[in-house]
Order: sequence, then structure tokens, then C-alpha cells
Amino acid sequence: MRDVAVVGFAQRQMPEFDGSPTCVELLVPLFKECYEQTGWTRKDVGFWCSGSSDYLAGRSFSFVQAVDAIGVIPPVNESHVEMDLAWAMYEAWIKIQTGEVDTALVYAFGKSSAGVLRRTLALQLEPYTMTPLWPDTVSLAGLQARTGIDAGLWDERAMAEVANRSLTDAEKNEYAVRKGGSSVDELLGRPMYADPLRKHDCAPVTDGAAALVLAAGDRAREVRDRPAWLTGISHYVDPMGMGVRDLTRSPSARRAGAALDLDGVEVAELHAPFSHQELILRSELGLADDVAINPSGGALASNPMFSAGGIRVGEAAQRIWSGEAGKVLAHATSGPALQQNLVCTLAASTSATEGAGN
Amino acid sequence: MSRTLQAPVTVAFDYTRSTGPVIGRFFSGLRDGVVVGGRTSSGEVVVPPLEFDPGTHEATTDFVEVSSVGTVTSWTWVPQPVKAQPFDHPFAFALVTLDGATAPLLHALDVASPEDVTTGMRVRIRWAEERTGAITDIACFEPLAPGEAETPNEVAASAHDEAVTGVVVPVSLDYNYAASPEESLFYRGLNEGRIMGQRCPTCQKVYIPPRSACPADGTPTAEEVELSQTGTVTTFCIVNVPFLGQKITPPYVSAYVLLDGADIAVLHLILGVPAEEVRMGMRVKAVWKPKDEWTFSLENIDHFAPTGDPDADFDTYKHHL
Repeated sequence: MRDVAVVGFAQRQMPEFDGSPTCVELLVPLFKECYEQTGWTRKDVGFWCSGSSDYLAGRSFSFVQAVDAIGVIPPVNESHVEMDLAWAMYEAWIKIQTGEVDTALVYAFGKSSAGVLRRTLALQLEPYTMTPLWPDTVSLAGLQARTGIDAGLWDERAMAEVANRSLTDAEKNEYAVRKGGSSVDELLGRPMYADPLRKHDCAPVTDGAAALVLAAGDRAREVRDRPAWLTGISHYVDPMGMGVRDLTRSPSARRAGAALDLDGVEVAELHAPFSHQELILRSELGLADDVAINPSGGALASNPMFSAGGIRVGEAAQRIWSGEAGKVLAHATSGPALQQNLVCTLAASTSATEGAGN
Repeated sequence: MSRTLQAPVTVAFDYTRSTGPVIGRFFSGLRDGVVVGGRTSSGEVVVPPLEFDPGTHEATTDFVEVSSVGTVTSWTWVPQPVKAQPFDHPFAFALVTLDGATAPLLHALDVASPEDVTTGMRVRIRWAEERTGAITDIACFEPLAPGEAETPNEVAASAHDEAVTGVVVPVSLDYNYAASPEESLFYRGLNEGRIMGQRCPTCQKVYIPPRSACPADGTPTAEEVELSQTGTVTTFCIVNVPFLGQKITPPYVSAYVLLDGADIAVLHLILGVPAEEVRMGMRVKAVWKPKDEWTFSLENIDHFAPTGDPDADFDTYKHHL
């Protein structure tokens, strides 16, 4: 395995982006930040990969127009995933492992506010017996939250504690669209929204974009004194149907975590768009009580579709760059109720790279 | 004036899907008022049946009829239903394990308020009045009345012999579509009878419609350029084939027109000349619709028509083909 590090990160998150759903005008300044962080030009980037969805954009091939933000003369080595930035990063990591390229810039974008997000996402469900009912994202998460409450695994207070900690931590995050903690009792006094979920239990609809820069070996060392080396990466998927899963669990998250060495993780950025999902992930990943969870505020503070998982990687990598932490974990999810999960570890030193579990 | 032009857009299409032997069996059952589950190698009875066994990965062949009465195992309240959900008034989504099944089915539960739902409550299927072989043949679940016998409801027998082999899933999504600031400049210009482009500050190329970044070098386009209404046909095709939604009777000419001062051609119609006389290098000019018909659209330009001037030299447009 080649040593590969995250060496650049830029993000934008907002409640409503008033530009086009191709987000080109958002991506141009993000790439500029990445060039400034690395000292590169676009010609130093060996591979480009983006994550987005045309269902979110309401137009076909939106990812093709987004390529304008790169500038493609001379031609570039480019790919796209209909998934989150974290999976685009995974593709780039594999590309670098092949030895074909040494550097990559991966980006993702999405204008969730263009349509009705919780409805649009019904199109990622099983199309015969689920999509025709249009079960919305919030409802599916509500079914999952209730399952755990009824089983005595968590309660509304535990969920409010997650929300309060997230919103308090988000006060330090300039990109967070929802921030400002109060108290658990105050949150519990707020009205139910989609019983058993209150609004603060659900990630806010968020527009945005983000970019990560990867580099191998000495290319990474040229960019940063303390690159965030990707020491492990793994992802698994659970069945799509809600009936055949134990909704209190996320076996795919557990398996992804088990493929990696999580000992000594100091900070974990978990992509949990609903408060109870953080509780499931903590348990499935076996994170100790002293691990700092989502110091960025996490997805409850802002959850730009197709970027939010990759933003967890960027936020975690920054803890390594700054010297605050020596080993961190980042997690991204996709699909209904934590169906798909990607976990990676980043560290200040390059011990043997593990994983690539599928 | 807002920064960008915005307009509602609906994207709608029907997916026609074949069902195969397992989902087809399930849908055939629903059409006939029977719920069919599939037994897995570990003895679970799953509704809808799984196409392949999660343990052995063999195709499911063991089908089991289960009751239309069952128990709520989880539920959530839907205070603001979205379009095409089973109800347009608040309702619950529920996971219901039907008697005889071991895994729950996701569907709507018709109750007036969250106070009317509990985990563990007994519910029954309310069948749709007309059943076609789709998940929506189950209209919803409804609570069993107190004291009501827990027997499945009688369903009118169906007269179908044929198995369900396909299903049509309509999809319709509503968006508030925003043009980019550069596209907005272009459409606002058209509404004023002007054709606007933008120049890349790096390579000096003029793009029409303007784009947020130069596709050649990635630099944001900056300088606004009003383009000439006259240009050159760089390439064209004669449309002879009728197709759905066609507005003009074939044959007609669709052509790339390189407006004077632009570095990229626009696609438009060439009318006012027999199709066979259109040629590369022909000089053409924009013909606008009457001003009172203008909107924020390229359709404000009805078509391009020959100017009658001599053809342009190939060298003047050879780099724009």
C-alpha cells in the first residue's frame, strides 16, 4: 500500500444557495483555497473525482457542467460518483494506490433546497415496494429512533444530549447553519415534529460544497509538515429494506470499524444526520467515552447532501494538521437509516495502511 | 432584484419495471387480496419476500400466505405529508409485522393523531378499492376497533389468472430552479432584446451563454459582452425525422451560429431559406418574435435568417467548429 494523506480541505455550507444547482460558482473559490493550501495549480492534480446527484439538481448531467470549475485544457483525468464526497475520496485513494497518479482533488456539491429534500431522497429506496409510498427521510429515521426507544437502548433525553452538544460545539464552526446550544431540558420542552423526533434531532436542509486534496508519500510531505495520513479505510452496506434490518443496529458500520485499528482514536467525526444515529454509531464503532465526538458540530449543525460525509474527513484531518490530535476517525453514511457506512482513520504517522475492506 | 432568475420546474417520468418471479408473486397476491411472504433458509417469513435468500443467496421459492392483520412494531408521525405519500393529511408511517410473518412491512397507518398510535397495537390492511398489482393495492393500515374480531377482512375475489409481471412507478419532482448569476445575465438580456456573453479574463474567449467559469482554464468569467445579432453558420443538420414534441414540420435546419465576437456557437433554427440552400459559412441574423411575446428565454429569437451577404471565409470560423 502507498502512504496517502489528506493535505487540503475547503468547504461551504449554507441554508440556501441562490445560484445554479451545478454549483460551479461555489466550486471555483473552493478549488482556489485548495490551490492556496497546497501551492499547486490545477495542473498538479493527477486525478479529479466528484460526488453529486442529478435528482438533487433537477437537471441531467449536472456533474458534467461542474467540471467547468476545473478548466479542462489540457484534458484532465476525471470521474464521478453518485454518492457522497467520502466515496469520491475512496475512489481517488484507490486511483493513487494503483500508482497511476500521486495526487487527487475530490469535490462534491448539492443544492438540497432546490426541491423537497426529504421527498427527493425517496428515490434512493427500493423502487417496487418503498418508493411508491414516498417514505421520506425524516419518517424512516423516526421509525429507527422509535425502535431504539421502545427497546430501551436510548431515550429522548439521550437524543437531546447529542443535539445540545452538537449545537454548542457548532458555535465555533463558521460554516454551521444551525448553532447555539441551550440545555437538554429546554430542548426536551420543544414540540415534537415527526414523533419521536423534534426538529433539532434532524439535520437541517443544507446547500453546499466541499473539496479534499489527497497526495501520496513525498508529495504530501511537500504540502504539510504534518499530513493527515489515511491509515485505514473501509465501507460496508446493509440491506435496503427496513423490515429485514434490526434498526437499532448498523452492522455495516460495525463491520467497517472492525476492519480498522481504532485503538487510540482521540476525535471521531461521525456523519449522523439524526441524533439517535450518533448513539448507534458510537456503540457499533465501540468508541470510548473519552473520544471527542463531532467537535465541528456534526451533521445536526449542517448536512449538505453529498458533501457532509467528506466534510467529516476534512474536519478530522484538520485536527491532525493542527497538532491537536494524533489519531482521528471519520465516518460517512448514505442510504436510509444508516444503510451504508464508510469509516476511515487518519493519523500523524504512517504506520502500515490497513483496510480497503469493501 | 434578486441575484438570480428562478422559476418552478417539474421533472416527471414513469419508470416501467419488470417484477420477476418473486416481487411479481407478491404483487399478484396483493391484487387478489392476499399477502404473500417468502420463507428464508433460517425460517424467517419476510414481507415483501426477498428475491434472494440472505444466507444462501438462492432465489426465493418458498412462498407463504400471511394474515392481513398484524402488530405495529415501530411508527413515526408524519405532520406534513409530501406529495404522493399515501395521505395528504397527517398520518403515521408504521412497521407492521403481519400474523404469520416474522419481519415487518413498511406502510402508512391511518390515524388522526399520534395519541392514536402505540407500538404493539393491532392493525389490519385497508385494501385499495381498485387493485392493480402494486404496493399501493394496500391503501394503508387501520386500527382494529376495540372488541373487533381479529380476523382478516374479506376481500372481493379477483378474476385475474395472469401473474403480475410489471409495474409502472410514476415519479414527479418539483424544483425551484435557479439560474446561475451568469445565466441570469443572459436571460435578462434576452428579455431586453440583447444577446449577452462574458469574456474569460485569462484566455479572452467570449462565452455565450455565459458560464460561471471558463471551461478551458477554470477562471470565473468576468467582463460582460453584448454580442452582435449577426453571425456565421459553422455547421448544421437538416432535420427530416419527426419526433415527439417537435414544433416545426420537417424538413428544417438546426445549425450552430457563431455570433460575431463570440468564441462559441449557439444552436438555433435557420428559417426563411430552403433547407438545401443552407451551407457552412452562410451569414445569418437573429429574427426576434414581436416584443410583447418576449420572456426570459432564447425562444425570444424566433430563428436566424440569411443576411444575403457573401459567405464568411472558412478561416474566420475554422477554430470554432
